[in-house]
Amino acid sequence: MTVILNEGDSAGTTGAASGSPVDAAPEPGKAMTRGRLVLIRFMRNKLALVGLVLILGMYLMAFVGPLLSKWSYDTQDYTAFLEPPYSEHIFGTDKIGTDMFALTMRGLQKSLIIGLLVALISTTVAAIVGAAAGYFLGVADKALMWVVDLLLVLPSFLIIAILSPWFRGKSWFLLVLMLAAFQWMITARIVRGMTLTLKEREFVKAAKFMGQPARKIIAKHIVPNMASLLIIDATINVGSAVLAETGLSYFGFGVQSPDVSLGTLIGLNAESATTFPWLFLFPAGFLVVFVLAVNWVGDGLRDALDPTSTRVRRKEKKDTKEKAAS
Amino acid sequence: MTTSEIQFDTPADPVVEGPVLQVEDLHVSFPSEAGRVRAVRGLSYHVSPGEVLGIVGESGSGKSVSSLAVMGLLPNSARITGSIKFQGRELIGQSDTELSRIRGRRISMVFQDPLSALTPVYTVGDQIAEAILVHRKVSKSAANKRAIELLDLVGIPNAAERAKAFPHEFSGGMRQRAVIAMAIANDPDLIIADEPTTALDVTVQAQVLQLLETAQEVTGAGIVIITHDLGVVAGFADRLMVMYAGRAVEKGKVDDIYQQPRMPYTLGLLGSIPRLDVSEKQALVPIKGQPPSLTDLPPGCPFAPRCPMVVDACHTAEPPLVDVDGSLEHAAACIRTNEIAATDAEGAEAAVEIFGAEVADEPEVAKIPREQRDVVLGLDELVKEYPVNKGVVFKRRVGTVHAVAGISFDVREGETLGLVGESGCGKTTTLMEILNLQKPQSGEISVLGTKSSEVDAKRRFAIRRDMSVVFQDPMASLDPRLTIHDCIAEPMQVHGYSKADINRRVPELMSLVGLRPEQLSRYPGEFSGGQRQRIGIARALALEPKLVVLDEPVSALDVSIQAGVINLLEELKSKLGLAYLFVAHDLSVVRHIADRVAVMYLGKIIEIGEVDSVFDAPRHPYTQALLSAIPIPDPVKERQRERIILTGDLPSPANPPSGCRFRTRCFLHAQLPPEKQRTCIEVEPPREVQAPDHEAACHFAQVRQVL
Repeated sequence: MTVILNEGDSAGTTGAASGSPVDAAPEPGKAMTRGRLVLIRFMRNKLALVGLVLILGMYLMAFVGPLLSKWSYDTQDYTAFLEPPYSEHIFGTDKIGTDMFALTMRGLQKSLIIGLLVALISTTVAAIVGAAAGYFLGVADKALMWVVDLLLVLPSFLIIAILSPWFRGKSWFLLVLMLAAFQWMITARIVRGMTLTLKEREFVKAAKFMGQPARKIIAKHIVPNMASLLIIDATINVGSAVLAETGLSYFGFGVQSPDVSLGTLIGLNAESATTFPWLFLFPAGFLVVFVLAVNWVGDGLRDALDPTSTRVRRKEKKDTKEKAAS
Repeated sequence: MTTSEIQFDTPADPVVEGPVLQVEDLHVSFPSEAGRVRAVRGLSYHVSPGEVLGIVGESGSGKSVSSLAVMGLLPNSARITGSIKFQGRELIGQSDTELSRIRGRRISMVFQDPLSALTPVYTVGDQIAEAILVHRKVSKSAANKRAIELLDLVGIPNAAERAKAFPHEFSGGMRQRAVIAMAIANDPDLIIADEPTTALDVTVQAQVLQLLETAQEVTGAGIVIITHDLGVVAGFADRLMVMYAGRAVEKGKVDDIYQQPRMPYTLGLLGSIPRLDVSEKQALVPIKGQPPSLTDLPPGCPFAPRCPMVVDACHTAEPPLVDVDGSLEHAAACIRTNEIAATDAEGAEAAVEIFGAEVADEPEVAKIPREQRDVVLGLDELVKEYPVNKGVVFKRRVGTVHAVAGISFDVREGETLGLVGESGCGKTTTLMEILNLQKPQSGEISVLGTKSSEVDAKRRFAIRRDMSVVFQDPMASLDPRLTIHDCIAEPMQVHGYSKADINRRVPELMSLVGLRPEQLSRYPGEFSGGQRQRIGIARALALEPKLVVLDEPVSALDVSIQAGVINLLEELKSKLGLAYLFVAHDLSVVRHIADRVAVMYLGKIIEIGEVDSVFDAPRHPYTQALLSAIPIPDPVKERQRERIILTGDLPSPANPPSGCRFRTRCFLHAQLPPEKQRTCIEVEPPREVQAPDHEAACHFAQVRQVL
C-alpha cells in the first residue's frame, strides 16, 4: 500500500516541477495547479481553440494585412469605382475608389481593439466594484452603489456626444475608456448581489478564519466563483461595445472619417447591401466572425474554469482511465 | 372526541383482507447520459394493515425511488416494470388521474423537508383543508373545522389560531406535524414517510416519531418508513428491509435483523452507529468505498467491492434473497450467511469482529491529569447580543436577541469538548465569536492564553495558525473552483510556507486523512460527501493547529460514512494530540468522541461535565429530555425506554423566560408545588457542582436514568 502511495506522491511532485517553469507568476504554486489545469481543459475544447485561432488570425490580418497591400484606407484608385472583387482589389472598391480590403482591415483594427478592451475594462471594473461593495458592505458599499446609481441615471450617449469634440484627435484610448465607463454598472449590481450570497458560503468563512486577507479572498474565492457570469458578460460586452461605437460614429462622434471602424463601414454601406454586396458583406462578415469567435472562446473559458462542466470532465475521466490502463 | 362530519374509519372505507401494499419484482430505471440507471432492480415486499415497515439503506440505494414508484410520482422518463398492488389493485399502468384518486386519500406521503412540502403562500389550515376538499364532498367550513381538529390531534397548541399561520411562521418540527396532519387527513390505508426526521432536531425527532405512531393508531394504516439511520426505526418498525444498489439485501423482523444480521452490509450499518448507551469506547465500523454506480453493474454481488468477507465466489453471480436461520421471515442475500451465523457475537459486536474496526489509542497528553494540562480555549461569561431593528429610514431598536447569554467553559490540551443543544440555542453564534477573535461585547475569549480583547491584527493572525475549523456542510466548505491541492494548500500559502514545503506537505496531509495523493488535481465536485469532509479536515490540519473547532462535522453524512470520519477524527486526535471543540446536536456522536460535554439551552450552558457522568447521571431536566429523545439501535431496549417528550419549541431568544430559561418546557417544573415553582420563575439557577467535574444549573437538580 505504501509503495503505491509513494508512487502517486512522486508523480504528483514531478507534475508540479514540470508545471512551475512554465508559469513564473508571483504565486507559482497556485499557477501550477489551477492555471495549468484550466489551460489543459481549455485546450480540450476544439471550438474554443478555433475561436482563439480566429481572433489571433484577425489581429494578425488587421495589423499585418495593410502592410502587404499596396492600397491604403485613405488613398483612392481612380481607375476603379464600385468594382466587385477582382485580382487587383480582392475585396472590391467603393464608390470613390477606396480599396475595400484596406478599409475593412483598418476598421477591423479599430473594432478589435475597442471591442476587446471595452469588454475587458468594463467587466473588470464591474467585478472589482461589485465584489468590494458586496464583501465590505457599510460605507464602501454605500459609496460605490451611489456611484453606480449616478452613472445609471446619466444619459451616457449624451455625455460621450458632448465630450467627444474635446477628445477628437486625442488618443483612441479615451473613447475606449468612455465606452467602458458606461457599461459596467448593471453587471456591478449583479456581482454585488452574488457576492452577498457567496460571502455566506462556508469556504469563504474558512478562508477568513485561516487569516486570508479580504482582497485575496475576493480575488481567489469570490471572483472565480462568478466566472461564468463575468465571462458571459464580457462576451456580450464585446458585441455591444462595437455596436455602441457604431452608433456614436453614425452620429458623427467616436471614430471619424477618414478613419473607419467596422461599425462606420457597416452603417455607411448598409443601404448598398443588396446592390453592391461586397461593400457590406466584408465588414459585416468580419464583425460576425469576430463576435462569434469571442463567444466560442468565452464558452471554452467558462467550461474550463467551471469544474462542474460535464463535457470537459467526462473527457478527463476517460483520459485518466487511459493513463491507468497504460 | 370529534363532532365533524368526517371521521376516521367511516364505513365508506372498505376493509380489505391481505396486505395493503404488495410490491413484486419492481424494476425502475432512468435514462442518463452514461446509460440507463437501474435504480431499483427486482424489489419485492409487502405491508400489512397496521404494520410498520422500515426501509433502510445509504443514499443512492433506491429506497426513495421505490416509494415514489408506489406513489406514481416518478418522471415520465422512468421505466417501471413489475407489479405494485395496493389493496389488490394494480397501480402500474394506471393513468395519473386514476392514481390521483388514490393518492392523498388512500396512500399519503410525508416528505423529508417539511419546508418545501408546504406551499409558502397559503395558510397551513387552508392547505390541510385543501387535502380534504380534493377527495371528499364536504363544505368548506367543515373542511376548515376538520383541519383545526387535525392540527390539534398532531399536537399543535392553539390549533384554531395556528391554522391561520403561514408555513414560515412554523418551526421545522411544527411544519412536519402539519405535513403529517395533512397525510392523515383522509384516513389513508398506507402512509409512506420518506426520511421524516432527518431534517429535524433530536428532540423534535422523538416528537415526530411518536406522532407517526399516534397517526398509525388513529388510522390503522400501514406505514412505510424510509431512513438511513438504523437507530431511528429500532423502536418503531415491525419489520425491516435493508436495501443496497436497488435491491433488498436483507429483510426480516426488527429484532432478528438487529440481533442476528446475516448480510455483511447490514452488519456494517449496525456497527457504524455510535451508541448512546455504551460508556466504554466502542469501535465504529466504517463501510469503505461508495455505493456502486447503477449504470453498469459488474456481475456478482454489488456489495463485494466493499465487503470484508469477500471471496472469489462473490464475483460470479448476484446472490438471491434466501431464507436464513430456518426462518421464513428472515431472508438475506449473501452466500456466506452461515459463516456470519457461526460467529458468537451479536449485532454490532459481530460487525466489529468481521470488519476489524479498532479503537484509537488515548493521546499521550491525556495521561496527564486534566488540571495540569494547558488551557487551549477558555470562555469566560461570553455574551453576544444582536439588536432587533425596525423601520427603514430611521432605524430604532425594538429589542435584543440574546444569542449567547454569558457562557463559560474551557478546553484543555488533548481533550474534546462536545457542545450540544437544539438548533437556535446559540451553538453556532458561540463558534463564530470564537473564530472571529474580536473583542466580545462582554466576557472574554482566550486562545492559548491570549485574550481576544487584547490582541492586535498581527497577533490575531498568529493565533489563527493554532486554531482551525471544519464546517458542517462538505459541499459548501470547499471552494468548487479550486483543486484539492489548492484547497489544502491555501492556509499554508496564507501563512507563508515555501512552495517546496507546501508541495511536500499536501500529499502528506492527503494520506493522513486516508485519501490518495494522486487525486490532488481534481475538483471537490468529483468527491463524495465523506471524502470532501476528509479534505476539509486535511485543510484544517495543514498548519498543525492545537485546537480544531468542528461545527457538526458529521451531521450531513450518511451513517456508514460518518463512522469513517469519526474514526479519523479520533485517530488524528491521538496521533497529533489535538484539542477539539465539537459542536453537534447528535448526542450519540458526542458520547462516542467527547471527553467532556456542555449542554446549551437558549444561550446558556445548563449542564457541563465529564461525558460519562453527564450521560449516565444527568442532573438537568433538559439534558434528561435530550438523552431520552435519542433512539438506541436496539429494538428491545428501545421499546422499554420511557421517552420524555418536551412540549413546544424553543422560546425566542429575543424574549427569554424569566428566572430559569427552561421552565416553560420543563416537566419537572410542571410537577413542582407552586412555592417551588416561584423559585424557578424568579431566580436564575446558577451552575452548581453536582459531582466531580460535573456542574448543572437547576434549582432542583436530581439524577434520573434515561438510557
